[in-house]
Amino acid sequence: MAKRVVHYINQFYAGIGGEEKADQTPILKKGEVVGPGQALQALWKDDVEIIATIVCGDSYFADNQDAALATILGWMEELKPDALVAGPAFNAGRYGLACGTLCDAVAAKLQIPVVTAMYKENPGTEMFHKTVYILETGISATSMRQTAPKMAAFVKKLLAGEPIGFPEEEGYFPQGYRVNVFTEKNGAERGVDLLLKKLKGEPFETELPMPVFDRVAPAPAIADIQHAKIALVTSGGIVPTGNPDRIESANASKFGKYDISGVEDLTGEQFITVHGGYDPVYALEDPDRVLPLDAVRELEKEGKIGSLFNYFYATVGNTTAVSRAEKYGEAIAQDMLKNGVQGAILTST
Amino acid sequence: MVKALEKYGIPTVHVCSIIPISQTVGANRILPSVAIPHPTGNPSLTHEEELALRKKMMNKALEALSQKIDDQTVFKAL
Repeated sequence: MAKRVVHYINQFYAGIGGEEKADQTPILKKGEVVGPGQALQALWKDDVEIIATIVCGDSYFADNQDAALATILGWMEELKPDALVAGPAFNAGRYGLACGTLCDAVAAKLQIPVVTAMYKENPGTEMFHKTVYILETGISATSMRQTAPKMAAFVKKLLAGEPIGFPEEEGYFPQGYRVNVFTEKNGAERGVDLLLKKLKGEPFETELPMPVFDRVAPAPAIADIQHAKIALVTSGGIVPTGNPDRIESANASKFGKYDISGVEDLTGEQFITVHGGYDPVYALEDPDRVLPLDAVRELEKEGKIGSLFNYFYATVGNTTAVSRAEKYGEAIAQDMLKNGVQGAILTST
Repeated sequence: MVKALEKYGIPTVHVCSIIPISQTVGANRILPSVAIPHPTGNPSLTHEEELALRKKMMNKALEALSQKIDDQTVFKAL
C-alpha cells in the first residue's frame, strides 16, 4: 500500500499569485497534487501518494504564525499522513521559515517524518537544520530538476524506515549529531594516511571540517594616536556590580555600555565579571586584569592617547554564537562612530 | 566583534590568549595576552609590577593600532 504524504507549498507554487497574494490564508486541497508536488508524485509512482496539498501565503504565515499553525496542524491531525513534505523553498526567506516552522511543529505533534529543502543561506536553514531534515537546494527554482529526485528518494527512504546516512551522503544539512562508527583503521592510522596524502599533494578529505569565517580588510591605522579617542571593549564579562543589564554568563543575548568617566581604577567592589567560562577569582580581585582601565588611564595622562572614551562595552563571549557577536560588534561600531571613537582595544578571556 | 569594528573602519586590537581562535575567526590586529582568566594581569606579581606589565601591554596595543597592516598580524606583547 502506498505511503500517504501531505505536501506544503506557498501561494506562488500553487499558482495563486505572487507578492500580491502573499496574504493568502491556508487552503487544504484534498486529493490534489499541485506544482512541485507533481514532480514528486511522478517520481514516487505508486509507492508514495500525495493525499493532500496545503497552501499558505508566505506573508500570512510569517505574520500570523500561531493561527496558520493551528489551522494546518488541525488538518494534519485529521489527515493522519505518514509524512509531511514542505517546499522546496530555495532561497525564499519567508517560505523557508514557513516550511521549517511547519515541519518542526508537525514532527513534534504528530511524530511523523518531515522533510523540507532549501538553500544554505535561507534563514529557515539556520533556524531549523537541527530538528528538521533540510535537503540542500540551489539558490533558485532553476535547481528544481536536481532537487525533486533528491527529495523523492530521501522521503521514500525515511518512509521505508531505512537508516539515514551522513549528511554529505544524503544531501541534508548537518543536524549536529555525533555518531559512533566502526572503522577498519584507528584514528592514528587514518591521521597518518591523511598526512601522507597531503604531503604527496594528493586530494584528501578531513574528518573534522573547521568552520569557515569570512575575512575583513584591516581598518586603516590611526595616524595620530596621541590625539585619538580610544575605547575599551571586552568579551570577558566585566560589568558594574549587580550586573544591571543582566548579561547572561553564557550565550549572551546582549552587550552593555558602562560609564567610566572619572574612574581611574577598576575595583572588585564596583565591577565584577559575569562570564561563566573562566575562573573568575583573578578578575573579581582586580577587574583591570580583564579590562585594563587603570593602565590606559595612566597612558591617557601621559599623553600617549588623546582620551579614553567615557564608556566601555562588554559582553560575555562564553559559547556566544559568532553571528550574534557580529551583531553586537556592528552596534558597538555604530555607537563608537557616533561618539568619535577612533580605535578600540578589545580583550578576550 | 573585532571584525565588525574593523569593518566599520575602527582599527581594533584583539588582546587575547588563544591566538589560533582569533586568527581563525579573522581578527586583523592580534596581541597575545597573559592568560585566559587574566589577559591583562598576572596575579603572581605585586600590584605595582602588574600595573607596569599592563601598561607595557597597552603601549603595544596602541602601537598595533597606529601601525599600517595589509594582512592579519600577530604583534609581540612583551
